[in-house]
Amino acid sequence: MFEEQEIVQVTREELLDRILSMSNEGYRLVQIGCTKMEAFQIDYTFDKDYKFLDLRLMIPIEDAQLPSITGVYGCAFTYENELHDLFGIQVEGISLNYDGNFYRIPVVAPFNIPGKEHEPEETPESKE
Amino acid sequence: MQNRTVIPFGPQHPVLPEPIHFDLVLEDETVVEAIPSIGFIHRGLELLCRKKPYQDMVYIAERICGICSFIHGLGYSQGVEKIMEIPIPERALYLRVFWSELSRIHSHLLWLGLTADAAGFESLFNHCWRVREYILDVIEETAGGRVIFGVCKVGGVRRDVDNDTLKRILARLEEIEADYNTIADVFKKDYTMRHRFSGVGVLSKEDAYKLGAVGPTARGSDVAQDLRKLGYAVYDELDFEPVTESDGDCYARCLVRIREVNESFQLIRQAVEKIPGGAVDLKVKGFPEGEFFSRLEQPRGEVVYYVKGNGTKFLDRFRVRTPTFANIPALVQMLGGCDLADVPVIILSIDPCISCMER
Repeated sequence: MFEEQEIVQVTREELLDRILSMSNEGYRLVQIGCTKMEAFQIDYTFDKDYKFLDLRLMIPIEDAQLPSITGVYGCAFTYENELHDLFGIQVEGISLNYDGNFYRIPVVAPFNIPGKEHEPEETPESKE
Repeated sequence: MQNRTVIPFGPQHPVLPEPIHFDLVLEDETVVEAIPSIGFIHRGLELLCRKKPYQDMVYIAERICGICSFIHGLGYSQGVEKIMEIPIPERALYLRVFWSELSRIHSHLLWLGLTADAAGFESLFNHCWRVREYILDVIEETAGGRVIFGVCKVGGVRRDVDNDTLKRILARLEEIEADYNTIADVFKKDYTMRHRFSGVGVLSKEDAYKLGAVGPTARGSDVAQDLRKLGYAVYDELDFEPVTESDGDCYARCLVRIREVNESFQLIRQAVEKIPGGAVDLKVKGFPEGEFFSRLEQPRGEVVYYVKGNGTKFLDRFRVRTPTFANIPALVQMLGGCDLADVPVIILSIDPCISCMER
C-alpha cells in the first residue's frame, strides 16, 4: 500500500505565503530537498496526520536565491544551511545561519561551482 | 552578562560512536547555545545513482548505515517499485516486516547498551549487547548477513524463509524476549537509571512537533507519530499502535524504545502467523520513469527517500533525509539551558546515527 502524494508547484514570490498557510493548517515540515537539473528543484515536504504534501519551487541555477522559511518553521535552519553549503544557494534571512560551517566536508563544496561539478568515479556499469 | 566560554564537543568523544561536532557556548556550567556541524564522514553516496544501475543501487542504499541497513534497502526498493508499479508478492512483504522488526530490535538493544554504558552501568551494557547477539544470530540464519542483510531487492526479497524455520525462530524469539524483559525491568525500576535520565533534556509536545522531531524523540514527548501507520509493506494488516510517553525527557525516550522492542516482537509474531505462501520476488523489466517520496519508520524515526527516474537504467536523483538529521533542531533546543554534564546523555537520547545522516 502506497500513500497518495500531492505535489504543488509554487513560485518564489508565492513561497512564504504558502509556507505560512501550511503552518496555520498545522502541517509538520518533513524536509527540504534539492535536486539539480537544468534548474534547482527545491521540494518543501509536509505532513499532517500522515497526509503528504509537497511544495515544489524551481529556481534558475544562475540566480540561486531563496527567502528563508525559518521565521515560520524554525527547524528549517538545518535544511537551509544544507542548501547553502552543498548547493551554493543563497538563502536570505536564516534564523541560525552558520555561514558555510554547518557541513565540514573534505571536498570542494558547494557542488555547483561552474567547472568543478562533482561526478562520481566511473564504474564498469556506467561505461556500458 | 556573564563571561561566556566556548567548548568544542566532538567530533571525537567517548559517548559518540560516530563523529558530530558541537560548539557549546557556556555561562559557568550552563549551556546557552549549541552550534552543530556535520559532514566529517560525508561519502556522497546519493550521487552514485548516476553511475550504478537502479537495481544495484539497493546495495549502496543498504550501506548508508550498518544499524538500519535493511530498512534503507527497503525504502529505496519501495520508491522504485512505486514508480514502476510493480506488484510485490505478499509473502515478500511479510518477510520485509519480519526483517524490519528484527532490525528495530537490534538497533534499540544497541542503543540501550550504549545508554547503560553512558550511565556507568557496564554490566547492563553487556547484557543488552548479549541479547542483541541472539537477534543477530536470527538475522544471520534467515538473511545470511549480520549487519548488511542483502536480502531486499527491487521486486521483492532475495531469500525465502520456510514456514518451519519461521515457527522455530518464533519459539526462539519467545526465549529471547523473556531474557530481554529481565533487562528492561532494570531500566524501568533501577533508581540510578531513573535518576540519571529523568528531567534531563525535556522537549515539550508542542516543541517536538514544531521542530519536526521524529521517532522515539517525538514519541517520548507524546507525539503519536509512527510512519508504519502509513501501511507500507503489510503494516496495515497488523495490529499495533505508536508507543508514546508524555514526560518528554531522556528517560521518556528510553522507555519508548524499551516498549517498542516488545511491540516489535509482537509484530513479528503476527507476521509469522499470517504469512501466506507463494513467490518472494518478481522479475523486473524496464526502467523507472517518474518520482516518489518513499517514507518509512526507521528505529530512529521517519526516513524519506526521494527517488527520481528518467526512463534509463540510471536514476536522476536519490536523496535520503534521515531521522537523525530531522532531530538536530530538537537536539539544539534541548541542549540550550542544560548542564554541561548532561550534554552527552541528551545527545545520546536522540540515538544519533551519524553515518545515516552523512550518507
